[in-house]
Amino acid sequence: MNAENQAGPRADNTKGLRPLLRIVAARRISQAFFVALTLWLCAVTTLGASFWRLSGWQVNFILQLDPLTALGTMLATRTWYAPLVWAVPVIVLTAFLGRAFCGFACPLGALNQTFGWLARRVTSKLPGSRGAALRARLADNRHSPWQAAKYYLLAFLLAAACFGSLQTGLFDPLPLLFRSLNMTLAPVLDAGFQALFLKPRHYASAWLLFAVFAGILGLNFLRPRFFCRFVCPLGALFGLLNRFAPWRVGKKGDAAHGECGNCTLCDTYCEGGCRPSGVLVASECLLCMNCLDACPQGRMTFAGRPSAGGEEHLPEPSRRGFLFAAAAGALSAPLWTIGGLAGQDGGTGKNPLLIRPPGALDEARFLSRCIRCGQCMRVCPTNVIQPALGEAGLEGLWTPVLNYRLGSSGCQVQCIACGNVCPTAAIRPLTLDEKLGQGKFAAKGPVRLGTAFFDRSRCLPWAMERPCLVCQELCPVSPKAIHTRTTFEPIRFGQAQLTGAQGARLGLTGLPKPTVNLGSGDYFLRPAGLVPMNSPEAGLRRINAATWTGQGQTFTLDAEPQPGQGWRTAPGSVVEVLVRLQKPYLDAARCIGCGVCEHECPIAGLRGVRVSYENESRSGPGRMLV
Amino acid sequence: MTGPDANMPQNNGQGTPQNTAQDTGHGVEQNELSRRDFLRRAAGASAIALAGAGLAAVLLDRQGPPASDAATSAKGLGDFSMAELRGKPGRMAIVRSEVRSRVDSGNAQPDRKAMLERALTALGGLGAFIKPGDRVLLKVNAAFATSPLLGATTHPDLVAAMAGLCLSAGAASVALTDNPIHSPESCFALTGIAEAAAKSGARVILPNEALFAPVSIPPSGNIGGRLIRDWPALAGAFKGVTKLIALSPVKDHHRAGASMTLKNFYGLLGGRRNVFHQDINGIIAELALLVRPTLCVLDGVSVMLTNGPTGGSLSDLKAMNVLAVSTDPVAADSFGMELLGRAVTEAPYITLAQTAGAGSADYTTLNPQFLDLGA
Repeated sequence: MNAENQAGPRADNTKGLRPLLRIVAARRISQAFFVALTLWLCAVTTLGASFWRLSGWQVNFILQLDPLTALGTMLATRTWYAPLVWAVPVIVLTAFLGRAFCGFACPLGALNQTFGWLARRVTSKLPGSRGAALRARLADNRHSPWQAAKYYLLAFLLAAACFGSLQTGLFDPLPLLFRSLNMTLAPVLDAGFQALFLKPRHYASAWLLFAVFAGILGLNFLRPRFFCRFVCPLGALFGLLNRFAPWRVGKKGDAAHGECGNCTLCDTYCEGGCRPSGVLVASECLLCMNCLDACPQGRMTFAGRPSAGGEEHLPEPSRRGFLFAAAAGALSAPLWTIGGLAGQDGGTGKNPLLIRPPGALDEARFLSRCIRCGQCMRVCPTNVIQPALGEAGLEGLWTPVLNYRLGSSGCQVQCIACGNVCPTAAIRPLTLDEKLGQGKFAAKGPVRLGTAFFDRSRCLPWAMERPCLVCQELCPVSPKAIHTRTTFEPIRFGQAQLTGAQGARLGLTGLPKPTVNLGSGDYFLRPAGLVPMNSPEAGLRRINAATWTGQGQTFTLDAEPQPGQGWRTAPGSVVEVLVRLQKPYLDAARCIGCGVCEHECPIAGLRGVRVSYENESRSGPGRMLV
Repeated sequence: MTGPDANMPQNNGQGTPQNTAQDTGHGVEQNELSRRDFLRRAAGASAIALAGAGLAAVLLDRQGPPASDAATSAKGLGDFSMAELRGKPGRMAIVRSEVRSRVDSGNAQPDRKAMLERALTALGGLGAFIKPGDRVLLKVNAAFATSPLLGATTHPDLVAAMAGLCLSAGAASVALTDNPIHSPESCFALTGIAEAAAKSGARVILPNEALFAPVSIPPSGNIGGRLIRDWPALAGAFKGVTKLIALSPVKDHHRAGASMTLKNFYGLLGGRRNVFHQDINGIIAELALLVRPTLCVLDGVSVMLTNGPTGGSLSDLKAMNVLAVSTDPVAADSFGMELLGRAVTEAPYITLAQTAGAGSADYTTLNPQFLDLGA
């Protein structure tokens, strides 16, 4: 990439027709375009009608180009999901031209290349160390047998996928980049502008996501494109796909161009570590085209013939290592099942908080498709979709899970955004009719995410004699899944003696000033010890106002107490204050598990009503109700 | 990364020859500082010492941290009521209309714009309330991201009609706002309010975090000073506002009895406002003191009788085809209870708001004008 820094004459380049654009410049423009496109698509993955919002943009376009996603889901599901056919042109391109995607398109590759360049650009400023810098650069870009590691990783991942466990997304650069942008950089950068989000976004374990991303960029200080060379399973897949590529980089051997001086400038600037000066390791060539630019003799070409220096295809081909990695991958999938976290066999062992977004497939099929790209978490308008850290076990790391304590509300009833941005249909693209159980889905009923359970030791009306009922108010289904039963319960320290009565005004004594407002409409007075026979409201009079004076208390009731209802107003009669409580109950057959109740519950810590996955639609036989 | 490294050799290059020259000149004083070097170092050391002592002196905090860092609170969000009506009975007009005959729609509803215009004409025209140059804020109810058909939110036709009339009356600007339950963008979009605003020239103020500032309600009678204390409210939306108009649907509410004008003001609160449901009547009465509107429009065209305030089904609604315009939010709500077929005492906050001096719990004391629009 730094060929322009070197002073050597480029005799051949000046001969004949000078191209409009040097190939390296074209590559840089292409890389910049794909990085900009990635950032733009990340920015517009926000619900809204304006042109810079989710309004017809193909926000998954770059993710859909990914052959590893296509191949992984294909192995895991035995189908090629239609939106992923965009990977086919990339496969065709790679088969004929080699890893052009790595060199020209991959946005993470471009970032890696930029960071590797930044690290070495600074180094070469050391005074008098230009020669040393070039030698260091040559050492950095020398081919390493460890570049075989990514093929073993690929073998592991694809073997696991064959057995239904899709883990490619953890290492695949495109989901990895989108995940990092969506859940770390976008929310952090937007905090100062609030152009994307009204409220600061929250993502569980964001620091870990960023640590991985920063680590990958940081490794470029060790070797340029460290991740691309040693880790990237997508690069490894491309390295296999270019096995028969007719066109590739190579050294011209004809005498017309003179002898190759073995200056190794091509190796010095090689991004892939593919050894262009010697026996070319064809699978490792990223098509960075730096060698074409660096060669002072113009001997490096991209052409339909083998390199004059010789060619081999893979680094350190070790069939044994390959088979070993594949066997480990094949074993890993059944080992996840041994853990029992995915809820096989009727849901035993599954984390109760493993609530998936609406439209998510059953856990086994979900894990055969989710690539952890974070698009659902990015688009969710209420920010409840979170990357799982432990909820789904190690196998489900960073898969989407709903956390109703975070975000601005529960899962919005009229929203179907997550399924409609999911690139692999791990979350199926629902229609509103299907989500709400309307129209032709009426018989099936609404999509349920789980069931709300009341914790009667924490719910205000149940545990603390306090009216509340936010959960019932916001329950969005009709009729509401949360319903109430009204009771009147004596409050603590609520007994007093009458000192006098005048119509609806009563004088009392002995009532300590309570911590609540007795005149708020929720409190009632009744003769103490009155056992209501026919109606629980017999003898109750609502307190309209209550004042404390030095002598005692003056209560104003909503109406004059009636002797016929058990009232005795003679001085000394004992009365008691009762609170009217509407106690919430759950009708589980109507609950859709949207979590608005849990989100809005005023018990801020451990909520008084909490949703867990029971009765979720996706579980099938694991459902709670029959 | 290696920037400092690049400078190091230069420093050494400058420093080392000087030292060696001095060392050779004063062999006895080897390892001792020269006068100049000493002064230079003494000055540098003094500068660091002074900076440390200075920072401590300037920023010295003898008290230590206070228990809370709550900012000074504003007293409510403002009184936008008509000055000439303060302390007097408000004014009110109630319009009933027949359903517009529309063959193409299964959900035929009367024309809210015509109803609104009729009611305002009876009150002397909107010009009696909105003067040229006024900056009007409409407080809509956009609590839920649901279709306007479900009646859980302010109807977009009413928003468009009121915004258009305000601009015709010479208002310099019309904005609308709410801090809803669901995500704000979704709420304004799905309720049709954003589109109505765009069509009529009103600006939607989304409840950005930066717009919230703490407010307190000074006590009035036995209301106030208790719940809304240093509590975040949507104060930023009121910047420069001279008139406030509340546009509220009439809805069932299991805990509060009903959700109408005063409950609509709940959408001006931020924070974990749900804790106030423990004293729902107390908080709504305080909301009546938090802000006093110029006008209130109560939309009883399609009243939510059950499953409120979210509704969710057309069967929760009943066509009543009534619209009320009042300067008194408490009176408007007392009329709303009549639409719901409930006694005013079933929503105790109405009486509490009257006690606090926010209006009249009996709308008939306003001598409302009853108007019939026909078809």
